[in-house]
Amino acid sequence: MSKHFLWGVPLTALALAAPLELDGFWLQTGLFAMAAAIGAIGLTMLVGTAGQLSLGHAFFVAVGAYGYAFLAGEGLPQPLAAVGAVALAGAAGALFSPIAGRLRGIYLGLASLGLVFLGQHILHNATAVTGGFNGRDVAPFKLLGFSFTATDPEFAVLNVPFGALERLWYLGLALLALSYWYARNVLAGRPGRALSGVRDSEVAAAVMGVDVRRYKAAAFTVSSAYAGLAGVLLALVFGRIVPDSFGFLMSIDFLAMIIIGGLGSIAGGVAGAILVTVLPLALSHYSDALVFLAQPGESGVGAAEAARLLYGAAVIAVLLFAPGGLAGFLKPPSKEPLHEPTNTGLGHGTVPGPDRL
Amino acid sequence: MSQFLELLANGVSLGCIDALIALGFVIVFKAARVVNFAYGSLLLLGAYIVGRYHDSLGFGGAVLLSIAVTATIAALIGVVLLRKVRLADPGTLAILTLGVDIVLATDLTRRIGTDLLTTGDPWGANVIPLGGGVHIPQTRVAAAAVAVVLVVAFLSALKFTDWGVALRAAAERPATAALMGVRLGRIAAGAWLLAGALAATAGVFVTAFPSPGISGTVGQIALGAAVPAAVLGGLDSTTGALVGGLAVGLTATFAAGYQDQLAFLGRGFGSVAPYVVMLLVLLVRPWGLFGGREVTRV
Repeated sequence: MSKHFLWGVPLTALALAAPLELDGFWLQTGLFAMAAAIGAIGLTMLVGTAGQLSLGHAFFVAVGAYGYAFLAGEGLPQPLAAVGAVALAGAAGALFSPIAGRLRGIYLGLASLGLVFLGQHILHNATAVTGGFNGRDVAPFKLLGFSFTATDPEFAVLNVPFGALERLWYLGLALLALSYWYARNVLAGRPGRALSGVRDSEVAAAVMGVDVRRYKAAAFTVSSAYAGLAGVLLALVFGRIVPDSFGFLMSIDFLAMIIIGGLGSIAGGVAGAILVTVLPLALSHYSDALVFLAQPGESGVGAAEAARLLYGAAVIAVLLFAPGGLAGFLKPPSKEPLHEPTNTGLGHGTVPGPDRL
Repeated sequence: MSQFLELLANGVSLGCIDALIALGFVIVFKAARVVNFAYGSLLLLGAYIVGRYHDSLGFGGAVLLSIAVTATIAALIGVVLLRKVRLADPGTLAILTLGVDIVLATDLTRRIGTDLLTTGDPWGANVIPLGGGVHIPQTRVAAAAVAVVLVVAFLSALKFTDWGVALRAAAERPATAALMGVRLGRIAAGAWLLAGALAATAGVFVTAFPSPGISGTVGQIALGAAVPAAVLGGLDSTTGALVGGLAVGLTATFAAGYQDQLAFLGRGFGSVAPYVVMLLVLLVRPWGLFGGREVTRV
């Protein structure tokens, strides 16, 4: 507990005070990072703890984002619309679980890739709900008469006028804290142990009385609901959502986050999300000052490309040299002997043990 | 009827290209147990080299250079990067190849930039009339011919050469094969080399007429053909890759050709139709049409 206290208190204080100091760009970047962190927590539970590789995370984020935009647009009160969107994303995950429950490891990853492309197709074509290629506007959030926009009511804290981003900042922090707390509790308890069992050996877990198919379906559902919540927050920050934001690249970004952070670690997932989200935005924001980056229109490595190259390389480097990711650096070395030093715990041996060379 | 025949001809020829793509994807999984997400970028690399150098080297020279470079880079990925984590499970390896894909695809897309690269192939935009108002582009005929030759050569090599026997043994039982003197590392490296060569070859045909040219999205398109084809055929089956590739090519072509009748499914359904078929097949047969069932031992 004391370690959490040591890290947690200053970090929380810093996060709470941030809107007083940061400008619009950094507030928005921070909000994107929070949304990504919520999604990454969900994915790291699914991939890291339950060992189910998913490349379809972007699809569920899209369900959450568009779900909120649609429900709130239909006149539902915003908090209800947000809850409905999260439930919708969870339901989409549950619908996929007949496939997810039967497939394992790499087959599941490839099947879930199909979801992303299918999702893109639906987003582009279901114009009545999604607005098609041009996307649709998102109704601002409103809770008990308090609006998350620049007005209604207008106020300032310490002479800093509180606009939409400042207010959303606290909403994002609250949602992130809730997600973090819930995930910790799930993983610390019985379900967490059951899921690790499923990851390490489905047969052994089943012998111990774990209903493997049900737990796999549940992991997929919970992770999708997390993605949905990330989508809701993302939609609120964007103000207008378009299909292209929710493509294959987003799924890869999410995987990069949890790998860099350290698979299965919730705090690591948050750290990875911050890194992967902030890096490209910050690099392009400060590209004038960074001499090694090419300006738009010049040849050479531009800001967005530099960021992608950096975190692509980071994914490779982490898997090759530090399978524990960022979380692995913070943890004291494990006392248990490691049987397979490079095994990050994803998937399972598809090839029978003695034949694995 | 003539539309049906034209679509059939185009679908089969596209299916041949897709089968080539899927074959390269499957062979690496079979030999090295790696799902190679960098495959799309390798294909893009192959196309890019042809696009850059066909002026100075001629089309044939550029293709040879492209095959050599792409195969080498594929083998480097397989041997240098993945060897270090050979013990790891398939998921970790797959994500590692995703990392490689991010780096390769980003850099290639940056290099292509706004340039309009074409393959400069000798067939150009010519079409061959098949009678009854049915046409097929020459590039597609060439693609089908090349694909058939390569596939026949590959399958006979797999069946009759020592290398093929060793590869099949390594795929079946790695430990036993190793004890019998099969060098697993070399087998895997060979498979990666082959996959790179196939990727480069397929890259030429994917970006030739009637496709608009070489752009950064080619990699994603190729992966979008390879994944459903390989998965619905069964990840570890070469027969499955060929059947899956044909199925994907035909599905995509027919769904695009009859999109007016399929308007209720939305515009551009052709590009996602293969995934729908894949998901449906997985519901019934989770290991694909020809894939080996996973056996679990505790």
